[in-house]
Amino acid sequence: MKKKTALKPKVNIAFYFMVIPFVVLFFAFHTIPFLRGIFYSFTDWKGYGVWNTVGLRNYIQFFKDPAIAQTYLFTLKFAISATVLVNVISLALACGLNSKIRFKNTIKAVYFLPYMLGTLIIGFVFNFIFGNVIPLMGQSLGIEALSSNILGTNKAWLGILFVTVWQSMAFNTMIYISGLQTVGKDVYEAADLDGATGFTRFRKITFPLIAPFFTINMVLSVKNFLMAFDQIMAMTGGGPGTSTTSISVLIYKRGFDGGQFAYQSANAVILFLIIAGISIFQLKVLEKREAKMS
Amino acid sequence: MEKNKMRVKEKYNWPMTVLLIALAVIFILGPLYIAVIIAVKDPSDMANVLAWPKVFRWQNFADAWTMTDYPRKFLNTFFITVVNLVFTILSNSMVAYAITRNREKSRFFNMMYYYFVSAMFIPFNVIMLPLVKQASAFNLDNIFGITFLYIIFGLPMNIFLYTGFVKSLPDALDEAAYIDGATPFQTFFKIIFPLMKPMSATVAILSFMWTWNDFLMPLVLLSDQKDQTLQLAQYVFKGQFNTQYNLAFASYLLVLIPILLVYVFCQKWIIAGVTNGAVKA
Repeated sequence: MKKKTALKPKVNIAFYFMVIPFVVLFFAFHTIPFLRGIFYSFTDWKGYGVWNTVGLRNYIQFFKDPAIAQTYLFTLKFAISATVLVNVISLALACGLNSKIRFKNTIKAVYFLPYMLGTLIIGFVFNFIFGNVIPLMGQSLGIEALSSNILGTNKAWLGILFVTVWQSMAFNTMIYISGLQTVGKDVYEAADLDGATGFTRFRKITFPLIAPFFTINMVLSVKNFLMAFDQIMAMTGGGPGTSTTSISVLIYKRGFDGGQFAYQSANAVILFLIIAGISIFQLKVLEKREAKMS
Repeated sequence: MEKNKMRVKEKYNWPMTVLLIALAVIFILGPLYIAVIIAVKDPSDMANVLAWPKVFRWQNFADAWTMTDYPRKFLNTFFITVVNLVFTILSNSMVAYAITRNREKSRFFNMMYYYFVSAMFIPFNVIMLPLVKQASAFNLDNIFGITFLYIIFGLPMNIFLYTGFVKSLPDALDEAAYIDGATPFQTFFKIIFPLMKPMSATVAILSFMWTWNDFLMPLVLLSDQKDQTLQLAQYVFKGQFNTQYNLAFASYLLVLIPILLVYVFCQKWIIAGVTNGAVKA
């Protein structure tokens, strides 16, 4: 009955019509800006007027610039702290939410709520809380550390960290819950028989089984936090001074208004290399995981 | 026997339930409670910010409504969100379908797959400087332009999400349609597209969340005040609200309410969609 197709079936021309317009548009409005950005990073363009190519000057300047160094240090410190905190808290929360609790769906819905709200507005709300609510509480309780607006001090980054963790927790927790749900009851029953309970059970059995979800969360978190922008613009605008200026905030501020279009293009290229490095690492790990699963 | 069954059924972990509710009330609902009461308080009633308002001043909402030109900003945001959602689902799914079905037959489609997927490595922040120059050269620094760019920029992620799903739909469906004389376009829209519903739901939710809450792209692209989105307007009006916190918070709530309503009605879908998207990616 089966007919053998001797030739590879030809692709119907309609499929080209489905794809090519979008390839052209994507190339024109995504790839070309990307390539132009790389090109500008080798020029001295201010964003207007005449320009010359300057070779690697922007990149050489980049590695000697204390403002860049401060921005990268802040962004790295922030991204690593936020990633660790978010994942530790989310994992704990997910274990709690996955246990046999009452009103499970309602409680889960409340914990997911922050994900729905725009980061900018959350930043504004916490701006008020840090500026007006916490200092009042600190004063009435007589706690020195809480009596002033943290966003105006050299600990401003902790305020931003708090808001970031507050919001990002929601997403990470849901990913961990879906990970925990893949662990079958029989696994726990077997663990119980072997006498593994509590934290030992978590460390020896649960965690290895949800490791792929841990990887997804870690990589997505690092990527997002390295690009932090909204919450910083809402809360400190990069200040006090430039102490909470992240890489994205610097590109935005100096690139558009500071006459450093070309220089910040070099900054964007470096940011791209970092993000791409993390993404490749992510794909490698995911591939390994898929190979293991199949 | 009866008793035993009851006991098993009621074995809830109450300490954990109480702990989780307490934490949710303090850390999640607490800040939202503050946001709501500030929005309805009278400016003279701010001495104890946490206290229940003496009178509810609904006028705050009316003032914020007119001051920020809410209807206009809402319609802008609504237009971007809805048009992006509809066109993203229709077009990105089609591109993903065409690519997936022909990757093994043609090097072109295989290359296009890698082209789009590798573009996921390029975040918006990296291309925003040259993009803004290019967008103003093409007159794309307005509502229509930004909507168009959202549709285009969603391609890498959505193609990635859709291709996995298309692979799971048997080729026999297409073949049967061809035998009946259907063109690839008809096959896609009449047979494949309806079957892609679960993944389209995920893509719809992610697109909706992205455009409604996005701040950076409107900030750098939309220069004209009449084009502002809700998020951007909050940022622009921050200076004008100054210390009129009641007005500012009323304005924030007006932005949060639509998405909260969506959340209340589609909560299960949204959580499932978002997790689904991330675990696939």
